[in-house]
Amino acid sequence: MFGLLTGSIAAGFPCSLPAMLLFNTEPLAHLRSLDVVVICLYFAMVLWIGFYLKGRTNTSEEFFMAGREMTAWIAGLSFVSANLGSLELMGWAGSAYQYGILATHWYWIGAIPAMLFLGLMMMPFYYVCKTHSVPGYLNLRYGEHARSVAAFAFAVEMILMSGVNMFAMAVVMKVVLGWDLNFSIIVSSLAVAAYVGLGGLRSAIFNEVLQFVLIWGGALLVPILGLVQAGGVGGLKTRIMQNLQTMSSTVAPDSYFHLWRDTGSFAANPMGVHWTGIVFGLGFVISFGYWTTDFLVVQRVLAAHNLRAARMAPIIGSFFKMAVPFIVILPGLLGLVLLQNPDGSHRQLVGEDVTAACTRATAGGLENSGACSAAMAKTNLSADVQQKVLSGAPDSELHTYNQALPLMMVRYMGPGLLGLGITALIAGFMSGMAGNVSAFSTVWTYDIYKPLIHKTGSDSHYVLVGRLSILIGVIVSIGAAYLVQQFHGIMDYVQALFSIFVAPLLATILFGMFWKRATRLAGFLGLLSGILFSASLFMWVKFNPAALATVALSPDAKPMAENVFRALWAFLFSAIVIVVTSALTKPRPVAELDGLVYGATKLPAEEPAPWYKREWTWAIVAVVIFAALNIIFW
Amino acid sequence: MRGSGIPIWFFIGVLLTAYGAMIFGYGVFEWVNVAHFGGQYPAGVQLTQLHTPVWWGGLLTALGVLYVVKFRPGRIK
Repeated sequence: MFGLLTGSIAAGFPCSLPAMLLFNTEPLAHLRSLDVVVICLYFAMVLWIGFYLKGRTNTSEEFFMAGREMTAWIAGLSFVSANLGSLELMGWAGSAYQYGILATHWYWIGAIPAMLFLGLMMMPFYYVCKTHSVPGYLNLRYGEHARSVAAFAFAVEMILMSGVNMFAMAVVMKVVLGWDLNFSIIVSSLAVAAYVGLGGLRSAIFNEVLQFVLIWGGALLVPILGLVQAGGVGGLKTRIMQNLQTMSSTVAPDSYFHLWRDTGSFAANPMGVHWTGIVFGLGFVISFGYWTTDFLVVQRVLAAHNLRAARMAPIIGSFFKMAVPFIVILPGLLGLVLLQNPDGSHRQLVGEDVTAACTRATAGGLENSGACSAAMAKTNLSADVQQKVLSGAPDSELHTYNQALPLMMVRYMGPGLLGLGITALIAGFMSGMAGNVSAFSTVWTYDIYKPLIHKTGSDSHYVLVGRLSILIGVIVSIGAAYLVQQFHGIMDYVQALFSIFVAPLLATILFGMFWKRATRLAGFLGLLSGILFSASLFMWVKFNPAALATVALSPDAKPMAENVFRALWAFLFSAIVIVVTSALTKPRPVAELDGLVYGATKLPAEEPAPWYKREWTWAIVAVVIFAALNIIFW
Repeated sequence: MRGSGIPIWFFIGVLLTAYGAMIFGYGVFEWVNVAHFGGQYPAGVQLTQLHTPVWWGGLLTALGVLYVVKFRPGRIK
C-alpha cells in the first residue's frame, strides 16, 4: 500500500534487504538474450518518452504540474501506480506467505476509504486553492512556519527514500539476477535523472502509467498459472490447510483465510494484530495520512485537467487498488504450496534472520554453523533440510519470504516472459524513484527555494531550478544508497521518517480543512510537536523493545502492531495540541479561509454530467465492492 | 493527457506490440522445436505444455495493436 514504505510499516522487507546479500551465492534466475532485449527496450521507451516530452515542458506549470491537463484515467492510474513499487509487490507477496490474507488489509481497508475520502471530500480544497503542493496548502491555511516544517521534512524524506529505493533495487537485482550493485544503481539513476529532468512531472506520470501496464502484463501470469497448477481456489485452500497442519503454529490454520474473524485477539491471528489497530491505526491514521496528505501521490491528482477529473482520479484508482491483491497476495499464498526444492520436495521459505545466520563462508561451508542451527531450530524446516544446509550441500540455499514472488516468476516464466517480469520489477523501482525526485523537485522549488532563497525569479528560472534539483536530488540519492550499503542500520531510520511524519501531518491538514476555528499557531505547533512525539515513541521502542507492549497495548503485540498504534497516538497527540492551542489563540477571519476550509468555501459549479459519469456514483460502486470483499473473506 | 501531443496509450501500445511479437515468436519457435529440446524446456519452468508464451504473447500483441491504432498520433483531436 505505501510503496517502499510498506516494508517499514508492515512487511519489514526493506529493513532486512541487506541480509539478502549475505546468503545467496547463486542468483535465482538467468536471463537469456531475449530477456535482455525486453529490458533494453523498456529503457529505450522510457528515454524516448523523456525526450519527446521535453519539447512540451517549457513553463513551470508544465514542468511541475504536468500542465494540469491529465485526464481522470491517467491521473488515477498514476496515483495508484506511484504506490505500486516492486518492494510492494515482493514484500506483500512475502507477507501473504507468512500471514495469509490478513496482508490484504493493507490494500483494502488500508487504502480504499482514504482514496474515496480524498476524491470526494478533500480534492475540492486542494484543487480550488490551486496549490502546487501539500506544504503549499499548509502555507495558505496556517502560514509560513507550518509550510517550512512540512517542506523540509518532506524534502529530506523524499530524497532519502529515493536512495533507499535505489539501493533496494540494486539488492533485488543482485539476488535475483546476480547483477553488480554499482551497475544497477548507476544505470537506474541515470535513466531516472534523464527522463524526469527532461519531461518533469508529465514524464514521471507517463512512465507510471506505463509501469502499471507492465506490472500487470508481467505479474498476472503467476497467479493464473499457479491456480491452474494448484487445482483452482479450492485446491489451493485444501493444500494450504494440509501444509499448515504439519507445521507447529500457535494459530488455527484456517485463520490464514480470514480477514477479520480472528482479529479479536492479538494471539489468535498469524500477524499478531488487533482489529482496533487495523481499523483506527491502519484504516484511519496511516491510510488517510498516506493517501490524502503524502505529496508523492497527491501531486498526481493535482495534475488533473479539471475538478471533476481530480475527484474521479482517486475513485478510479480505488478499483485498481482493490484488484492488486490478485497479483500480490495470491502468488504469496500459492508459494506456500507450490514452491519446490531442486529435488522436488516442498520448499519452505524463512525469515531474513535465518538466512543471515546461515551465511556461507567464501571457501564453502557455513561461517557459523552453531548460529545457523539455532536459527533454523525456530523454523518449521524439516530435519533433512536443516542437515543439508548445515553441511553446505549444493542446492541447499535457503530462500526468504520476500523471494516468494521472484521464485514463482522463475517457476513459470521462460525466456521473454521472464524478461517481461524482470522489466516490471525494474519499472516499479524506477517509477518509485522518479516519483520521489519529481515530488522533491516541486517541494524544493516552490516551498523552500522560492519563498526562502529567491523570491523574484522568472518562470524559466524556476524551471531551471527544478531541473537542477532533480539532478542534485539523484546525486544525493546515490550518496544515500551507498550510505545505506555501508551502514545498514540507517535504513530503519530513513523508513521510520514516513511513519513518524504522516500522522501529525494528517491531523494538521484535517483540522485545517474541516475546522474553521483552527489557528495558524495551532497548525504549526500541532505538526511540530506531533512529529517530535512520534519520533520519541519510535526511539523508545527502538532502544527498549519491551516498550512495544505499552505502545501497542498488549504483550502479544508484534512489531507490525507498533506502527499502527504509534501512528494512532501521534495523531491524537497532534489533534489535542491543535484543539487546545486553537482555543487559546485568535482564529483567522472566515473570509480569509475561502477556498481552504469546509464551510467557508463556495465550490465552483461543475459541468452537468449524466449519473454514470458522476464521482458519487462510482464511489458508491467502490464502497459496495469493498464491503462485499470484506464480507466474503471475513 | 489532453492536448495534441502523442498520448501515453500510444507509447504503451508500441511497447506491448513489440513485447507481444517477440514473446509470441519465441513461443512458436519453442513449440515447433519442442521435440528438439526434448521434454521440459526451458529447464525448470513448469507448465510448459500450456505454451504460455504463445497465448500471452498473442494477447499482448493484440492489445498493443489495438492501442497503437486507436491512439495513433493525429487521430486524437
